[in-house]
Formats: sequence, C-alpha cells, structure tokens
Amino acid sequence: MNTLLEWAVVALLVIGVLFALIGSWGLAKFGDFFKRLHGPSKATTLGVGCVLLASMLWLAGQGRASGHELLITLFLFLTAPVSAHLLVKAAMKLTPGSRPPPPP
Amino acid sequence: MIDTVLPWVTGGFALALLLNVWRLLRGPGMADRVLALDTLYINALALLVCLGMWWRTTVYFEVALLIGLLGFVGTVVLSKFILRGDIIE
Repeated sequence: MNTLLEWAVVALLVIGVLFALIGSWGLAKFGDFFKRLHGPSKATTLGVGCVLLASMLWLAGQGRASGHELLITLFLFLTAPVSAHLLVKAAMKLTPGSRPPPPP
Repeated sequence: MIDTVLPWVTGGFALALLLNVWRLLRGPGMADRVLALDTLYINALALLVCLGMWWRTTVYFEVALLIGLLGFVGTVVLSKFILRGDIIE
C-alpha cells in the first residue's frame, strides 16, 4: 500500500475522531439547548464525514474502491441540517419564551 | 501504521458515545434527549466504520447505511411528535 495514501488515511481518521470528540464534549458541557445544538450539528457531522472519507480512501488503496461510504456521507450531510432545524422548532415549542423579538 | 491508530480512534468514538449517553440520561428537557440520541447514532455509525476498517470486513457498511437512514427517520419522528403531539395526522 502506498505510504502517502496511508498517511492521508491516518490523518483523516485522527482529524475525524478529534472533531467528533469536540462535538460530543460540547453536547455534554454547554448550558443551554440552543448552545448545545452547535456541537453535534456541525463538529460531529464533519468528524464522521472525515472518517467515512478515510474508509473510502483505505478501500481504494486496497483496490476495492466503492461508493458506499460516499453515499453515507452525502446522506449525513443532507440530513444533519434538516434534523437540527426540526429539533430547534421542537425546542422553541417546548420553551415558549425562547423566540427572540422580531426586528423593527 | 494504521493498525496502531485504529484502536485509539475506536476508543475516541467510544468516549464520545459515553458523553452522549451521559447527556441522554442527564438532559433536562425532551429536546436535549432527542439531540443526544441524534448524536449517538451518528457516532455509532462512525464507530462501526472504524471497526470495519480494523477487522478488514465490509459487512459494517450496510449496517452503517441502515443506521444512518433509520436514525434520521427516528429523529424526524420524535421532533414531529414534540411539535404536533402526533406523528401521522
């Protein structure tokens, strides 16, 4: 296996797990639901995307290239904003005073 | 090289799962718990992909795809239930 490709896979894996850990730590640490949403919806999605890209590169380095992981990555990147939007709408219904006043 | 990194990466995702489970058990509101479940399935998907790289098997890709699809459906259904009090109107 190519050494440069292996280093790229390792770097993507480490970056991915760091972003996923930062997102989960933010989910556990922040004090409000609307602050807490930032970690999972952005950092964790990017981390999982990096890991799936690393898996795809690794399989391509072994001569077994396939588009499965690209499918999962595309689906996650499409669905993460939708689920975050729905969660914000649900949380705004649960806490009625959280909607900011409309701009004049 | 990659076989020395993969156990650490898997352990990192396991730690992320533990943090999510803590928020799932602790979370003060319903929306916090749904958000913790959403993050939990995404991290479990990444953990399965890492295990598939570690054990040199491709079975886990289909499992990860299924978890991605059904987890999104679960999050949407739970949010709709909180919003409307019903799922299919």
